[in-house]
Amino acid sequence: MKKTILIICLLLIGFSASAQKKKKNSKVAIEVDGVCMMCKKRIEKAALNSKGVKFASWDLKTHQLSLIIDENKTGTKIIQQNIAAVGHDTKGFKAKDHVYNQIDACCKYRDKKVVDSHEKIEN
Amino acid sequence: MKRIIAFTLFLFLPLFIFSQETLTGMIMDKNNPKDNLGVYGANVFWLNTSVGATTDEKGWFKIPYNKNYKKLIVSYVGYKTDTLTISDLEPIHHFITLENELEEVTLKSKKKATQRSFIQTKNVFTVNSAELLKAACCNLAESFETNPSIDVNFSDALTGTRQIQMLGLKSPYLLITQENIPSIRGAGQVFGLTFTPGTWVESIQITKGAGSVINGYESISGQINAELVKPLTDNRIFLNSYGSLGGRYELNSHLNHKISDKWQTGIYIHGNYRNKKFDRNKDGFLDNPLISQVNVMNRWQYLDAEKGWVSFINVRFMDDSKQTGQNNFDPLIDKGRPEVWGGEIDTKRFDSSLKLGYVFPQLPFQSFGFQFSYSNHDQDSYFGLKTYDINHQSVYSNLLFNSIIGDTRSKFTTGLNFTYDIYDEFVNSINFSRKENSFGGFFEYAYDNSDNFSFTSGVRVDTHNLLGTYITPRLHIRYVPWEKGVLRASIGQGRKSANVFAENQQLFASSRQIDIQSSGGKIYGLDPEVAWNYGLSYLQGFNLFNRKGDITFDYYRTHFQNQVVVDWENPQRISFYNLDGESYANSFQTEINYFINDNLNLRLAYKYYDIQTDYASGKLSKPLTPNHRLFANISYETKKLDDIKQWKFDLTYNFIGEQRLPDTSTNPMQYQFEEYSNSYSLLNTQITKVFSEKFEMYFGVENLTDLKQKNPILASDDPFGDSFDSTIIYAPIFGRMLYSGLRFKIN
Repeated sequence: MKKTILIICLLLIGFSASAQKKKKNSKVAIEVDGVCMMCKKRIEKAALNSKGVKFASWDLKTHQLSLIIDENKTGTKIIQQNIAAVGHDTKGFKAKDHVYNQIDACCKYRDKKVVDSHEKIEN
Repeated sequence: MKRIIAFTLFLFLPLFIFSQETLTGMIMDKNNPKDNLGVYGANVFWLNTSVGATTDEKGWFKIPYNKNYKKLIVSYVGYKTDTLTISDLEPIHHFITLENELEEVTLKSKKKATQRSFIQTKNVFTVNSAELLKAACCNLAESFETNPSIDVNFSDALTGTRQIQMLGLKSPYLLITQENIPSIRGAGQVFGLTFTPGTWVESIQITKGAGSVINGYESISGQINAELVKPLTDNRIFLNSYGSLGGRYELNSHLNHKISDKWQTGIYIHGNYRNKKFDRNKDGFLDNPLISQVNVMNRWQYLDAEKGWVSFINVRFMDDSKQTGQNNFDPLIDKGRPEVWGGEIDTKRFDSSLKLGYVFPQLPFQSFGFQFSYSNHDQDSYFGLKTYDINHQSVYSNLLFNSIIGDTRSKFTTGLNFTYDIYDEFVNSINFSRKENSFGGFFEYAYDNSDNFSFTSGVRVDTHNLLGTYITPRLHIRYVPWEKGVLRASIGQGRKSANVFAENQQLFASSRQIDIQSSGGKIYGLDPEVAWNYGLSYLQGFNLFNRKGDITFDYYRTHFQNQVVVDWENPQRISFYNLDGESYANSFQTEINYFINDNLNLRLAYKYYDIQTDYASGKLSKPLTPNHRLFANISYETKKLDDIKQWKFDLTYNFIGEQRLPDTSTNPMQYQFEEYSNSYSLLNTQITKVFSEKFEMYFGVENLTDLKQKNPILASDDPFGDSFDSTIIYAPIFGRMLYSGLRFKIN
């Protein structure tokens, strides 16, 4: 009986060890602030321009950026930095003001008025 | 009782207090619900807030809660984003489902009746079911009447079959596919389009220019793909009947049934019939052949969105018979005798196909596809004293794999295909049977910067037992220079073996002697046809008086390296020979679409063709092809009453410029045509009344002005003489035709 438990334990260790290995096709999602389809284009482009990002899709409604990445090549931190560099805030990184100021007027997601006007159009 | 309530409340109190701070729950994958495995890394957050959480390895999450939070969003890559309404604080168990990419593709298309794509790299024009209904009758060949990119010609007086043209070239130079499986080729060239009933067609995609390498090397001037109705999305029950004063009756019925969550099946039955004899021009010959056709198809659709599998299985059987010729021709008495001229064409066709697709559940951008089809086309026919029998068995298979290089902006498709064709062909009992097989591999790369530039470049290598081994390159480029403007360019090569008899069957309805000038080639002694196609297209969307519109300019050139020239220039002969010199087809088209108001749509087009070939007798423009064509279509729909009831009006105008007619100057005086035909105009109209979701009726007139070709058959008084010829048709034969029909559907 003890033996069996031991074997199972060993097996589990093996399993958890392999689970820690970096995945080639890892699904991750990060929250990115934005308001419109132009933002979507900009965010996805910035994400795809990061090395190791294979698939990027930003949801206008939920503000979730869904990614498939190669964990050997990149991490969410780098991607968030790259997105902030084109003017969009993420949880970890805020876009610098001078970058944010350069994005189109309709994309000013920090401005409540702009956000509201987009919502009106949608409704 | 009171005590119990108080006790219960008391019991729940601590839980309630605790829960005010956090909501807990578990997110699971519907993919494998039995294992109860949680989804690791799913995102959970409250709508319109930045309050969120991520699930742990077991799929559990804890998220801060306050009363104002009502909608909880659950999202995970590749899965549908769900919004949950939270009313109590019970721990949540929620299953997420895979994003259903496969289903989306088939469901998209229903808004605009026709659509020119701003996004696709290739110059593709999509015709949806709403547009198909405008030409109420009756088969795929007639579905293009409201579409300026495709010309519907009047075929010979005897078979009554219309052939289509694109960029000035006849359908053999087009690759016609049914759900991306090449369908109308070989023996089916002339009649094939009439064997697909119009109600079976869900949408048509027309690609101008070289097209993709994925479906083969045969497309030269373009590709037409017909998507058929699918058991999953078609009406559960559909009935259509049609009748015309031309004595033509059609009946269509669709029955679709859900077998299980994953299996759907549909049975589609079509019949058409014409037994009334008409000879309005009093030339002693039927204006239209007598026909009867029974056509039955059974489809099975399998869809397992979670595992990523999709499949279609199709079986179709068709039996078609036609009788043509002189009014008093009786096949039982007159067949094979030189007294009364007539003919019969009997075709039986069996089709089967299997399609299998797999999208990797974890990788939405990666998929496998497999297509396999087998068809048997059997035509027995005679025309006067000539006989033509052909049996064509065809096997086609294609295995393809789609994925990305780096990221989703760089996609590729690669695969292998195999075709095998057996032709048993007898012309006046002379045997022209042969076998063809080809094996090829292809690679197509598509880049899209998801903004203003994209290109698709493909190459395929094929080895064919009669055509040899060859490379087929193709390239399409799209560039957006400014807002709503799309510039496209394409270049590509195509090749095919010319099925000289099957493609030119009208020749049998004449006294012309067949003359094949063999050069020692492998197919009827002739060489394969090879051509390059170059194209340039510009599309500009605009807003005028606050209404949307678009304008297109297309210029295409097809340049033949070798062509099997079909020479009609001697009235007693039809000659086939390899091109010696130059042959090209230039086409220019401009088209405007504009919504005058919400209910009124206008489409105008002008086309110019310059098609020249070096014949044995010198350089000539292609016969029976006008240089100039004008097209206009106005459609008007009344406002919907109760969201359903409405009237639809549709009017189509065509101007067809003068056409060069094949030389008949060596015939006796009374059996000659002018050098050029006169130009003429045609008008068609249709009115539809939608009574309810289930029921609608339509009424229409084809050829409103009753325009007719005066003398469609040369020497109709001497059909067994040297000058008899029914192949020179440049205008309608029958004249005005009224029709009406009804559609009944239950969802």
